[in-house]
Amino acid sequence: MYVASSRPAKTEFRTRLPGTVFALGTVSLLTDISAEMVTAFLPVYLLFGLQMSYLQFGVLDGIYTGATAVLRLVGGYVADKANRHKTVALFGYGLSAVTKLAFPLVGASAFGIGGVLAADRAGKGVRTAPRDAMISLATPEDALGAAFGVHRTMDTIGALLGPLATFAVLAWMTTSPEPVFVISFCFALLGVIVLAFFVRQPPPSAPTRRVSLRRSAGLLRVTGVRRTTIAAGVLGLATMSDAFVFVVLQRVSGIGPTWLALMPVGTAAVFLLAATPLGKLADRFGRWAMFFAGHVVLLLAYVLLLGPVTGWLLVAVTLALHGLFYAATDGVLMAHGATLISPELRASGLSIIQTGQAMARLVSSIGFGFMLQYLGFGTAVALGVTVLAAALVAVYLLMRPAVKA
Amino acid sequence: MNRVAVGVAALVAVVLFGAGYVVWTINRPTATASSGGASGTGLRFVDQSDGRNRVDELAPDGTRTAGSLRCQRVYAAAGTTVCLRLAGLGPSYEVAVLGGSGEVLKTVGLPGVPSRARVSASGKIVSWTVFVVGDSYAVPGGFSTRTGYLDLRTGTVVESLEHYTAYIDGTPTKRDNFNFWGMTFADDDQTFYATLGSGTQTWLVKGDITRGEVRTLRANAECPSLSPDGKRVAYKKRAGTLGAWQLFVLDLESGEETPLPGSNGLDDQAAWLDGSTLAYAKVPQGQAPAIYASAADGSGEPRLLVSSASSPSPR
Repeated sequence: MYVASSRPAKTEFRTRLPGTVFALGTVSLLTDISAEMVTAFLPVYLLFGLQMSYLQFGVLDGIYTGATAVLRLVGGYVADKANRHKTVALFGYGLSAVTKLAFPLVGASAFGIGGVLAADRAGKGVRTAPRDAMISLATPEDALGAAFGVHRTMDTIGALLGPLATFAVLAWMTTSPEPVFVISFCFALLGVIVLAFFVRQPPPSAPTRRVSLRRSAGLLRVTGVRRTTIAAGVLGLATMSDAFVFVVLQRVSGIGPTWLALMPVGTAAVFLLAATPLGKLADRFGRWAMFFAGHVVLLLAYVLLLGPVTGWLLVAVTLALHGLFYAATDGVLMAHGATLISPELRASGLSIIQTGQAMARLVSSIGFGFMLQYLGFGTAVALGVTVLAAALVAVYLLMRPAVKA
Repeated sequence: MNRVAVGVAALVAVVLFGAGYVVWTINRPTATASSGGASGTGLRFVDQSDGRNRVDELAPDGTRTAGSLRCQRVYAAAGTTVCLRLAGLGPSYEVAVLGGSGEVLKTVGLPGVPSRARVSASGKIVSWTVFVVGDSYAVPGGFSTRTGYLDLRTGTVVESLEHYTAYIDGTPTKRDNFNFWGMTFADDDQTFYATLGSGTQTWLVKGDITRGEVRTLRANAECPSLSPDGKRVAYKKRAGTLGAWQLFVLDLESGEETPLPGSNGLDDQAAWLDGSTLAYAKVPQGQAPAIYASAADGSGEPRLLVSSASSPSPR
C-alpha cells in the first residue's frame, strides 16, 4: 500500500492515540497512587506500629520478589490463551486492591506482612503483560512509542503523588495505620472501576493457530524476540539499582544526606516529562535505537559518578540522565517488543522480555550489594561502568544484523 | 452508554466513601489514655493509642499527664529534649532539639525514618539514628542507617558518622557498607558507644567524637545504652542470624554479660530510668507496642509500665 506509507510529515498524536491508552494510563495512575502510598508508609508502619525489624522484613521481601516474578509469565500466557487480556488484568488489579485492606488484619507477623506483600506483587506480576499487550493491540504500529510514552508518563505521575498522599495523611490526619490503608484501597478501587467500565478488550485477532504453551515458549526461537530478550537481559545485568546510584551520588556530590530522600523524585520528574516526547522520537527514528541510546545515557551517568564534577551540578546532571534513561527504555522496550510478536501471542511475548529484564536487574542488585562487602563505592562504580560498556558493545554486535533500520 | 453511566456512578460512590471516611477519621473522638503502673522514677514516652504520637509523662505514682509535643521518638536529659518527628511533605522527618522551657533550639532535616534518639547526661550532646529506606543497595528491600549528632556547646551538626575511622579488633578497616546506629554518650561528652554494622555482622563500638574514630569491643551487640554510673552498657543481642533480640547488660570492667530474662523480642535502645532499672518497648503478640521495665541485674521478670506506648525516656 503506497498510500499508507505516505502519511503526513507532522502527525498529531493526541488525535491518533486510541482512548484505551489514556484509559489504561488512568488505571495505572490511580493504582500507582495506591501502591506508592503503601510503599512510603511501610517503613514507618513496621518500625513504629509493629516495632518490627526492617532487616527481618527485607529478607522476606527479597525472597518474594524473586518468586513472584515468574507470575508475569503466567499472566501473559493465560491472557493470550483465553484471549481475555482485560479479565486477567482485572484479576491482577483487583488482587492488589484487596491486599491494601489485608495489612491491618495480619498485624505484626513477619510472615503475614510478607504474605500480603507477596499477594500484592503477584497481582502486579499478573496484570503487567496483559495491560501492555492491550496498549499495543489498540495502537497503530507507527504510534507504539508514543502510546507507551503516554502510559508511562501517567503511571509515573501516580507514583509521585502516592508518597505525598501518605505524608499528608500522617502529618495532617493521624499516624494510625488504618487511614493510609483505607485511602490507598479507595484509589486502587477507582483504578479497578476505570478498567472495568472504560477499557474495552481488544477484538480477537483471528488466531491462525491456537495459542499453546509450546507456541508461547517457542517465541524464544523467533530471532527478533530471542535477541531482544537476551539484549535486555544483558543490559539489565549491567544496570545498578536506583538506590545504589542515589547513595553513590549523595556521597560523590557531597550534598547533605537529607537530600537522599528526594533524589528518586528528581529521576521520576525527568522520566515523566521525557517519556512521551522520547516515545514519539522512537517511533520516528527506531525504537531499538532509542532503547540502546537510553543505556548509553545511563553509561554517561555512571561515568559522571567517577568524575571530577561534584556538588549540585553533578546531582542535577546525573538525575537528568537517569530520568532520561528510564524515559528512553521503560516503555520503549515494550513498544519495540510489540512489533516483533504476533497479536495472539502478544502478552506472552512481552512477559518473556519483561521477566528476563527484571530477573537480570535483581541479580545485578544482589551482586553489587555483595561486592560492597569487599570493594569501595568507587571501585564498584568503576566496575559498573566497565560492565555496562562491555554489555553495550556485546548488545550492539548481537543486534546489528537484526535491526538495520 | 449504560456501561459508562454505571462506571461513573461507581467512581462517584468510591470518592464519596473516601471523602466521608477522611472526615469521620479527623472528627473521631480520641480514646482516653490508660494510666500506667508505678515506676519508682517516672518516665516520658510516646503515646501509641490514637495515632497522634503525643509525648506523655508518667509520674512515679502512676499518674499520667498528657503532653502537647508530638514525636515519633523522644528522649530527655538535663532539660534538653530531642524529638524526632514528621516535618510535612518536604524532607519528611526532622530532629527538633528543645530547651528547658520547650523552646526549639535547633531543627535538622532527617534523611529517613526516625529510629533512635539520645541526649547525653549533661544535656549538651544530642544524637539520633534514622533508617534510610529504599536505600537497598545491599539486599533488595534492605536498609541502611545514618547516625548523626548535635553538639550544643558549639552548635556543630554532624549528619553521619560514615567518615569515621573504624578499628575492627584493632585493625583500621574501611568498608562502604558500614552503618552506625544507636549512639549513647559518656559523662565527658566526648566518648560514646554505638553499633557498627557491615552486612549481617554487628559490633558494639567505643568511639570518640574529637578523634573521629570507633573501636570494636565485641561482636553481635546493638543499640547500646550506657548506665548513669558509666560502668555498664545495656544492649540487644540476637540469637542466631534472624533470631529474636534479647536485652543484655555488660559490665565494662569485668566483661561479664548478664541476660535480662523475659526481654526476648524487644527492638529498642533501652533507657536507664535509674541506676538499676531499664525501660524498653516491645510488642506483645498481636497488640500495640508497650513499655516494660526490667531490673538491670537480671533478677525477676519484666514489669508492664505503659501499654500502647513506645520510646521510653527518663523524665
